[in-house]
Amino acid sequence: MNTEIVVFAVLFLVVSGMGFVAARWRRADDLASLHEWGLGGRSFGSWITWFLVGGDLYTAYTFVAVPALLFGAGATGFFALPYTVVTYPLVFLVMIRLWSVSHVHGLVTPADFVRARFGSPTLALLVALTGIVATMPYIALQLVGIEAVLKTMGVRGDLPLIIAFAILAAYTYQSGLRAPALIAFVKDSLIYLVILVAVIYIPSKLGGWGAIFDAAQAKFDATPAPGDGILLNSNNQLQYVTLALGSAMALFLYPHSVTGVLAAKNRDVIKRNMSALPAYSLLLGLIALLGYMAIAAGIKPIGTDVNTVVPQLFDVMFPDWFAGVAFAAVGIGALVPAAIMSIAAANLFTRNIYREYIRPDATDAQEASVSKIASLVVKVGAVLCILLIDPQFSIDLQLIGGVIILQTLPSVALGLFGRWFHRGGLIAGWVAGMGSGLVMLYNIANPATKHAHFGGSAFPLEKLGLDTKMTIYAGFLALAVNLVVAVLGTWLARAIKMAEGPDATRPEDYVADRDDPRVHDLEVAGSS
Amino acid sequence: MAAPRSDRSPWNWLLLIPIAIPLIPALYNADEPRLFGIPMFYWLQLAFIVLGVTTTTVVYRMTRSGR
Repeated sequence: MNTEIVVFAVLFLVVSGMGFVAARWRRADDLASLHEWGLGGRSFGSWITWFLVGGDLYTAYTFVAVPALLFGAGATGFFALPYTVVTYPLVFLVMIRLWSVSHVHGLVTPADFVRARFGSPTLALLVALTGIVATMPYIALQLVGIEAVLKTMGVRGDLPLIIAFAILAAYTYQSGLRAPALIAFVKDSLIYLVILVAVIYIPSKLGGWGAIFDAAQAKFDATPAPGDGILLNSNNQLQYVTLALGSAMALFLYPHSVTGVLAAKNRDVIKRNMSALPAYSLLLGLIALLGYMAIAAGIKPIGTDVNTVVPQLFDVMFPDWFAGVAFAAVGIGALVPAAIMSIAAANLFTRNIYREYIRPDATDAQEASVSKIASLVVKVGAVLCILLIDPQFSIDLQLIGGVIILQTLPSVALGLFGRWFHRGGLIAGWVAGMGSGLVMLYNIANPATKHAHFGGSAFPLEKLGLDTKMTIYAGFLALAVNLVVAVLGTWLARAIKMAEGPDATRPEDYVADRDDPRVHDLEVAGSS
Repeated sequence: MAAPRSDRSPWNWLLLIPIAIPLIPALYNADEPRLFGIPMFYWLQLAFIVLGVTTTTVVYRMTRSGR
């Protein structure tokens, strides 16, 4: 037990040291502007972007929660794999347009883009608030990952968690986006190492893959729940597909994903990454199967916290020193996305609330310092969420986060391809999608966790009066409502001749690349 | 001086393949045949990663601006 804690602590501290040094890395003239601090000078090449975006999207929580889903319910939890296969080809042509228009107009957040495209501060505010609300519980969940590891090591009390987050907060404040980019290298190397060892070593100790899957099937056969099993049944296939597609569409609407993409050097870096990032999906798929290994190894979660099954599995299977390495990988894995998410949320606040509504004449230096403070506030909020409220609440909130961030798709993603929608229609669609999504989530019960409301994202179609046991992803239905209302609202707004907002962008802005004279900010990058 | 840029390319249509295939459970929702003891549901979906990487790599190489 002691060896585990020592290895964990040493790795954690070394990495934190790197976070502070990062301010000097690839240094530009000064960090005192939002582009430098929040976007790392926008000068990241293919490799750094790969580590940064990968470290950002495949979070510690994912590594703990996805196997926990398979542990609990079986095949439905594997949706994370098709989700992360589908997402890259889906956004391939979308993100390069966002990169271009952002670099021509100096945009930092998705809400900035909506402001420029539709000329509506109100719509931009809605997009910004959606982003902040969806991101906050996501940050809190990173702590759930660290907490699960600490629990398994037998560490009691809240203090270690607070210290870990204080360190994170300090180096993000100091180094901005450079810190997570540098740390992501270490984090990913550790995780790749741990997982490769795990998928070779653990099955060999459990009698091979065949035995692992048979043990899982035997466990699911013994439970009364109708939806579990190592294969899908006819009632949850629609849920599986819509959840995978809906999550794929939502992923790059999250402000932290956008931050990672905008920090890329040029369009080719993004395209190349869209083809290289699925390497992480392979890792995710293998990690998911750890849930079944835990079943075969007879692991029982600590208390009711099913997120502890993977750390427990490592604890039982690995020698102490390697379990320490594995725990450090999860712990450090939590720091990278938490840092990027808090930066992204802070940028939203600064650009779309502070500068729009509080100090329209803010200078670059003022913006950067407000952003830094906001990122601290966001992180303190996340820690308080975990300490004061039941962690289950954060998990519920994160579920809601996926549904609500999808409601920005018509404004952000479709807005990148055209300006057919009227801003009034988009606002109406957002309200309708958000309302219907929340009502649906509220009405989903989960008998397994004794939740009458917010029990999951699988909405039973019989609640709409359909004679079927099939379920569908609530976010998907909510998006459909959103789109229908946005279309109707657009027709109505045009019919009554409601004023169109000015469009600050031109078609050629969406295809501009680094060599284009209108693409600026790049001399600030100074990677020399 | 240069011709107007565009993202249009027939190669982009290839991107539809890795979007559509993983979303058809009928293709992979089966136990047999197993591979190294792993049911088809799992190994075939893992194999879709290769499909995704291949198509996006082809599209990237055919449409990159550097050449």
